[in-house]
Amino acid sequence: MTVRVQSDPFDAGAELNSFAQDRTDIGAVVSFTGVVRDTKGDLQEMLIEHYPGMTQSAITKIADEAVQRWALADVLVIHRYGPLKPGEPIMMVATVSAHRAASFEAADFLMDYLKSRAPFWKKEVTAEGAAWVDAKDTDEDALKRW
Amino acid sequence: MNVVYFAWVRERIGLPQETVETDAATVKDLISELSAREDRYAAAFADTSALRVALDQELADFDAPLNGVREVAFFPPMTGG
Repeated sequence: MTVRVQSDPFDAGAELNSFAQDRTDIGAVVSFTGVVRDTKGDLQEMLIEHYPGMTQSAITKIADEAVQRWALADVLVIHRYGPLKPGEPIMMVATVSAHRAASFEAADFLMDYLKSRAPFWKKEVTAEGAAWVDAKDTDEDALKRW
Repeated sequence: MNVVYFAWVRERIGLPQETVETDAATVKDLISELSAREDRYAAAFADTSALRVALDQELADFDAPLNGVREVAFFPPMTGG
């Protein structure tokens, strides 16, 4: 299992290749990459704050749970913090397993939990000023299906 | 104990962390104590349904005991991913 919390950009394609390469025991590789989205066409920057003492352990706990629930060969989570520009990758998860169902479901589970249980907060900066992104009720509801 | 604040809680209170001497038994008691200090605390803690709390880096409830806790963190619902 690999969990990285970093301010530096990452190359999702290169990360995925190096994560899955040289494995002959797996039949499925699933990945998700979250990207800074400019919803209204006026986003200058997205600032991501996190809780340094807690972030790594909170993500590791979520990934541990995924490993316990699904037959995964490995899990990768990368999540950035700091100032990000529209179009830049914010985070990625990747899962590998013998069969695809485990990888798909575990990646979906990881995303739902990272959204609401990993200590990150997003702030959008536009010409009008800066505003914190509110959590959505649907994000919390999404956890109930697991 | 060390009390840390994130996102708009940090902005409303105006500092990222502070050391608080308290005999508060639970998180709720600590919130009452801090809110009584100054308006900026009262404003940040006005609606606890919009807040989350972590004790020693683990999410907790507002009625959780503070006995032995070294770090309390207050923040809005998380928006990772």
